[in-house]
Amino acid sequence: MLVPSKISRIAQIRLVNCHPEVYEPCDDSFALVDALLADRTNLLERQPRLCLEVGCGSGYVITSLALILGEENNGVHYFATDINPHAVEVTRKTLEAHGVQAEVICTDIASGLATRLEGMVDVLVVNPPYVPTPEEEVGCEGITAAWAGGEDGRSVIDRILPVADKLLSDRGCLYMVTLTANNPLQICLLMREKGYASRIVVQRSTEEESLHVIKFWRDADVEVKEPNRTSPTGMESWLSQFSRFPFRRNSNS
Amino acid sequence: MRLLTHNMLSSNIKGVTNGFPLRLQVEKSVEKEVDLNPDFLKNIFPKIEWKALVDASRALGYPELPDEAEPSMLDSHDFLKKFHHALLELHVEEGALICPETGRNFPISKGIPNMLLHEDEV
Repeated sequence: MLVPSKISRIAQIRLVNCHPEVYEPCDDSFALVDALLADRTNLLERQPRLCLEVGCGSGYVITSLALILGEENNGVHYFATDINPHAVEVTRKTLEAHGVQAEVICTDIASGLATRLEGMVDVLVVNPPYVPTPEEEVGCEGITAAWAGGEDGRSVIDRILPVADKLLSDRGCLYMVTLTANNPLQICLLMREKGYASRIVVQRSTEEESLHVIKFWRDADVEVKEPNRTSPTGMESWLSQFSRFPFRRNSNS
Repeated sequence: MRLLTHNMLSSNIKGVTNGFPLRLQVEKSVEKEVDLNPDFLKNIFPKIEWKALVDASRALGYPELPDEAEPSMLDSHDFLKKFHHALLELHVEEGALICPETGRNFPISKGIPNMLLHEDEV
């Protein structure tokens, strides 16, 4: 019997639309899709119903996610947002070229959606603007918004994290691309304080940058941190997964 | 834009306390058939603001949804079909979403609502 071709299908570059003001699929996009593929079995076991990509750009990632998890017939629905009006249009075309459906909304992160979608998102994927830049470049018009991340590349990431916490369902998980300069260890600690476990799904190093795709999910074993409490036991072994990587450690983290 | 999305969007203007539902103005709409998935409908039903869906579907010229709905109706295939059609098969291509409190107009173009705010609205 033939294996259905849909298994492991992802978006095709030749069908991805482009526009001079929209970020084209690049190493970080490929790393994120690789992470979703690598985690496919786990994703399917969670039986996701609503998936969201924040910052969909060319549409490469949300299209791939829809091809990986299957669509309406499986009862999965997709939302995608971008702050760049050109990007949502390009995403729409990319989705159409692959014959997949997603609801595309032009907005900042999940503004306008976060109230009603609270606790409903099962899979959240984000390739945020993570490049350290001067703060005034953050959220600029056009393609700059796709990469300008402000100080330590954290300005937009730090705005996304609380929104992610609000949107994710009990079984929800977040896949996010980070750069070493973003101090991913500290991001994991911040999310741990909100009750999330985390794991590096994919790591890529190039001459210029070291990328990680980190998965976050709610874990009942992670104690929500109260102010001034010492680290729970087991913290050391949890931290050890990061020791192999050249994460910068802030003295205050 | 599907009515599922309409049901999940609210006005994000700073200071607006009653931003849901956004009033729907339709200039162009299309229907796209998709497979009916009863499990999805049953799971999403409790999250749907029914009146907003009824009003939005009527704005699109689909009058079949009952004024009120309760979970027991999900056992009826006829009800599921209508719920499915209104929620997932009706698309607004061109039009606008209007903030119920301020009257601010969020355009929908090529099926994509634009919820971007001006600087003084954030």
